[in-house]
Amino acid sequence: MDALLALPPMYYVAMVAKVLVAFVFVLLTVAYATYAERKVIGFMQVRLGPMRTGWYGLLQPIADGLKLFFKEEIIPKQASTFAFLVAPLIALVPAFISFAVIPFGGNIEVFGYTIPLQIASVYDPQVGKVLDLNVGVLYILGMASLGVYGIVLAGWSSNSKYSLLGGLRASAQMISYELAAGLAIITVFLMSGSLSLNQIVADQAGAFGVTGWYLFRNPCTFVAGIIFFICSIAEINRTPFDLPEAETELVSGFCTEYSSMKYAMFFMAEYANMVTVCAVTTTLFLGGWHGPAFLPGWMWFVAKVYFLIFCCMWIRATYPRYRYDQLMRLGWKVFLPITLVLVVLTALWIMAFGTEPWFSFIM
Amino acid sequence: MIMPLLQGLKITFLHMFKKPVTLQYPKERPVVVPNYRGLHALKVSHEQAKCVACYLCPTVCPAKCITVEAGEDAKHDKYAARYEIDLLRCIFCGYCVEACPVDALKMTQEFELANYKREDFVFVKERLLEKK
Repeated sequence: MDALLALPPMYYVAMVAKVLVAFVFVLLTVAYATYAERKVIGFMQVRLGPMRTGWYGLLQPIADGLKLFFKEEIIPKQASTFAFLVAPLIALVPAFISFAVIPFGGNIEVFGYTIPLQIASVYDPQVGKVLDLNVGVLYILGMASLGVYGIVLAGWSSNSKYSLLGGLRASAQMISYELAAGLAIITVFLMSGSLSLNQIVADQAGAFGVTGWYLFRNPCTFVAGIIFFICSIAEINRTPFDLPEAETELVSGFCTEYSSMKYAMFFMAEYANMVTVCAVTTTLFLGGWHGPAFLPGWMWFVAKVYFLIFCCMWIRATYPRYRYDQLMRLGWKVFLPITLVLVVLTALWIMAFGTEPWFSFIM
Repeated sequence: MIMPLLQGLKITFLHMFKKPVTLQYPKERPVVVPNYRGLHALKVSHEQAKCVACYLCPTVCPAKCITVEAGEDAKHDKYAARYEIDLLRCIFCGYCVEACPVDALKMTQEFELANYKREDFVFVKERLLEKK
């Protein structure tokens, strides 16, 4: 408690400001990710996407939100009411709070006070270092696993066979892919030697701002990065891994019985998860906010996150949904062994060549 | 195994830069082909409908949607006192136009036939008269 109170008042101001800016930004990104998704998929299918609400359909997310807001609240009679009501919140909150540990830019100076652009962190002038949550990755993994509780609870409490099947699928899928994703992250730990996201990003600084990215450091982390991104997509139940809400077989999966704002919350959670996952991938493999110096760090961060979000939509527009057994086979028989081997290979690589970028040996 | 996946991504990416085929419907109008079979029109000549109420069109009509009643005008000519087409029954086959011996009926390019009441779909003679 002493340590907390000893912090200068500027710390609290900066903290509130960071939280507000990051939260509003993520919220807007989430809202407009729905619009962007419809546009991107539209164009990939040689259509236009939403065009009517506002200029080029730009007010579409607001119109969608308003519409859902005014819809009738329906709670099924046989539903377990408390769990039914609380499930959307459990799905939504972890999706947003993961952002607390993600560094979205370098340090900035305001009135001689250095503020690191990461919500849960503080610059200590005495040590001259940024102190942040030293188990940031663990925290993110924890929040990611918490998110599935919302889905499982929703599926169970709805008292509908479709919802239940959706919830079961979500939990099974989550377990299968979290393993591979976790193992892929271990290659990052081997490189960085730290669980602190700030440290991981700082370690990825390099010539031209690109060479230091873990994705390009060595072949093992390159594969690990791609596998991590795919596993993340599977974890947040997006196409082609959207079995928990497979419309063609399960009506709408875990959110079949939901309506109005509660349904909107699941939707927001899904997109917030997408943004979070893209931000985590950026932080772990794409060098966080590091990039060529002509743009400030936070812009690079936003650009990379948006690029990954675009990739998610691109993938959704391209691939059909996996069958359930194919999904499990991919998770357990392909990604898990590959990442296990990758962990060993990365360790061997580091023992043989160190953590320097591989092309530094050629040049 | 990976190449076909990348191939798919390439195809969708290239499709993004194609010109969308979407027609912004109420703002942009579609090109209706000349032989389109839309709303019927009774042709007019010398300020009156050419129809002579010969009953060939209700006879040939497979949907039985045309009602004709003959009348006699001031010059003792036979004319259609009543001519109604129920568009809810009409299948737009165009047989009535083919059957007409005096070329009094045609089909227009008009395709927006929505209405609020069922009665409004019964087009009486005045509504069917060709608009010049």
